[in-house]
Amino acid sequence: MTYKAKFKVWRGDDQDGGLHDFTVEVNDGEVVLDVIHRLQATQAPDLAVRWNCKAGKCGSCSAEINGMPRLLCMTRMSVFDEDETVTVTPLRTFPVIRDLVTDVSFNYEKARQIPAFEPPKDLKPGDYRMAQVDVERSQEFRKCIECYLCQNTCHVVRDHEENKQSFAGPRYLMRMAELDMHPLDTRERRKEAQEEHGLGFCNITKCCTEVCPEHIKITDNALIPMKERVVDRKYDPLVWLGNKIARRK
Amino acid sequence: MDTYEYDVVVIGAGGAGLRAAIEARLHGKRVAIICKSLFGKAHTVMAEGGAAAAMGNVNPNDNWMVHFRDTMRGGKFLNHFRMAELHAKEAPDRVWELEQWGALFDRTKDGKISQRNFGGHEYPRLAHVGDRTGLELIRTLQQAVVGLQQQDARETGDAEGSIKVFAEHTVTRLLKDGDRIAGAFGYRREDGGFVLFKAPAVVLATGGIGKSFKVTSNSWEYTGDGHALALLAGATLINMECIQFHPTGMVWPPSVKGILVTESVRGDGGVLRNSEGKRFMFDYVPDVFRPQYAETEEEADRWYTDPDNNRRPPELLPRDEVARSINSEVKAGRGTPHGGVYLDIASRRSKEFILKRLPSMYHQFKELADVDITAEPMEIGPTCHYVMGGVEVDPDTQASIVPGLYAAGEVSGGMHGSNRLGGNSLSDLLVFGRRAGLYAAEYVDSLAARPAVSDADVTAAEAEALAPLEQSSGENPYTVHAELQQTMNDLVGIIRREHEMQAAVEKLAELAPRREKVAAAGGRIFNPGWHLSLDLRNMLLVSECVAKAALERQESRGGHTREDYPEMSAEWRKINLVCSVGPDGHAQIKRQPLPKMRPDLLALFERSELKKYLTEEELADLPAPSDAPAAATGTETEKGTGADAS
Repeated sequence: MTYKAKFKVWRGDDQDGGLHDFTVEVNDGEVVLDVIHRLQATQAPDLAVRWNCKAGKCGSCSAEINGMPRLLCMTRMSVFDEDETVTVTPLRTFPVIRDLVTDVSFNYEKARQIPAFEPPKDLKPGDYRMAQVDVERSQEFRKCIECYLCQNTCHVVRDHEENKQSFAGPRYLMRMAELDMHPLDTRERRKEAQEEHGLGFCNITKCCTEVCPEHIKITDNALIPMKERVVDRKYDPLVWLGNKIARRK
Repeated sequence: MDTYEYDVVVIGAGGAGLRAAIEARLHGKRVAIICKSLFGKAHTVMAEGGAAAAMGNVNPNDNWMVHFRDTMRGGKFLNHFRMAELHAKEAPDRVWELEQWGALFDRTKDGKISQRNFGGHEYPRLAHVGDRTGLELIRTLQQAVVGLQQQDARETGDAEGSIKVFAEHTVTRLLKDGDRIAGAFGYRREDGGFVLFKAPAVVLATGGIGKSFKVTSNSWEYTGDGHALALLAGATLINMECIQFHPTGMVWPPSVKGILVTESVRGDGGVLRNSEGKRFMFDYVPDVFRPQYAETEEEADRWYTDPDNNRRPPELLPRDEVARSINSEVKAGRGTPHGGVYLDIASRRSKEFILKRLPSMYHQFKELADVDITAEPMEIGPTCHYVMGGVEVDPDTQASIVPGLYAAGEVSGGMHGSNRLGGNSLSDLLVFGRRAGLYAAEYVDSLAARPAVSDADVTAAEAEALAPLEQSSGENPYTVHAELQQTMNDLVGIIRREHEMQAAVEKLAELAPRREKVAAAGGRIFNPGWHLSLDLRNMLLVSECVAKAALERQESRGGHTREDYPEMSAEWRKINLVCSVGPDGHAQIKRQPLPKMRPDLLALFERSELKKYLTEEELADLPAPSDAPAAATGTETEKGTGADAS
């Protein structure tokens, strides 16, 4: 089963660019990245695109397909009608380098601002003991392949360049939650999540969860619990009232 | 051109590269990490099953001696014994160290690191995180590098002062001062600008060569860069004919052909069936492995719950055996509609079990092939996965024959012999990555003066890198690449024949001048056609080594199967095939004796087993046959660091 698909691919650089029309062969079982590779091999040898594993494990080939942030390698052509035009554009939140490749250094800068894992000082290698149920919470977040689709889609920075300075983005707030839930991390992270990494900017619209190719429940399992822990019990009016009543007994 | 000075330049940012960089930095060296892709995307993320380390957490009978034996058996005794020994002894420490850096492995009931069964490993030995262990390893090392940068920022105000990652940079030439390493030359993908690293020590950690083959589990980065850089700098490669075809790659749809299906599927109970529904692996247990493998389905199935009283299922034979068996079934007309065989876990384990143990496999098949592995079998077939051959190194220091040049991980040779066991790669990266970093740092300390880069060499490297952009009417690099992949796949693949390999050598000779004239359209800014043109030099040179070495070795052993020489030969076992670049710029092969195993290590094997591998003369040299073999049960006095885990 082979057909000719219509593609619009954004080409350009940090100065200038636009959508280019292509008609390209598509075969049974292919994904969008296959089509981009065919364009490189037959029509546009210098078409810039990032990719590595082509199996949804490395998170390199992030782009926007018909406006949706997606991995090119995990988007099957069969989800489109044969006469539908498929539009591929670079991630919008980050500056374009060339064609589908963007400058994602923002994410690496944010990564360096999250303080590293701090284990108990007296624990020797091989002496670590953790229950499976306790490691699973953080393991969910460590499935993250750093495709930055969540960082790209989060409206706090997507259309607000000015917020980039003070907002780590879903990926790195989730990293804070991951360390906070790590059974052996000793650092107090709640205050710095709120005050230094912009947890308060998040208003739980769950866009990050929606685009996550690993299906990590970023909002429900990482960000909301982190927010709840930040809001210390003493600021909660119900808890305050409960405490008062309990004391009167 | 941007020029940098470092003590140690690590080329490659996968597990071996990052571990080497961390070690060199911990020894006070200024380190550059050159990363072909973005930081954290290296091929290590693709590793699924786990890291083999004899911690004895699940079965206390395990120890380094058992692990050593398994590794030598898996490699059919072509391994460098000393590397296999160091690896088995040091792997547990390297895994525990990752925990200190924040890794979260799956746990046993008593809270230790859980360990899973894998092909060729006598006991459950693989530390793992579901089926995404490689990702955990790379992320942990990546975060450890970031942790060191944070420490530097606190202490000196400069996060990148002593360890810096050069993401999306590719090295095209190593530079020397006389016979010593003096630096490395390359380009930046972002803008095509050139970079020069002046450094007395270089650690190659560039991984494998799979992109020379059409059906492969390897990513675009695996173009044999480190192998070729080493050759061009005057270093040598050993046993490049030994290539592992992983038995289980996806075969359908065509666009994902070759993508890996983890061995854990079999370790966790999955079985292989042909189109007649038969569990065919029972028909393919070779004599050397017969004592350790079950003969009936009943015994094999009991093994999962009672491994002490039953023998292992034959699906868990080393990878070379399983890949060849699948090949034979398909050839005999008992394959699936898409030319593979069935891998079935759906009928053997519950949906919950599969989702817990193999989440990313479930995801991969669901999204890419529309197959629900909890309900139906997978179609799988062999895929080019790993090169056992690589840079010839000193087993302790990972030093190549070029002073200042080190290699670790897949790019180095010797550790895995003719066939690597699953799980031994992630532990190899850690053990020898650390050693390469350590000894590169010591080498730098030992130098009286820093070597100098010559301007002429830099000019030549620039001209070479620019050539594809300056050709106005040359061939399309994608076409040359496709022909190379087809050639290697068809003519130097899983089963090899003399006339086909000769045809391959001729075809490669024809491709070489065409490669020199490829033209990359476009400019220098992030131009994949240009990058491929430069990678082609490496792929072609390495392919020449593979084809010529394969033609030379007249026996079948591990990842080298000759239809015309189907048996293992004890005489050939004593020989390493060493590859270098001749005066004509092409690969040349010479024979060199394999280092002799120490008697204390030989004593870990029963004489009856050694008979299958050693020559009559070697057997005659062994101590009196009446001696009972040393039982590797942890009772010996000599223990490695990994032996006292229980």
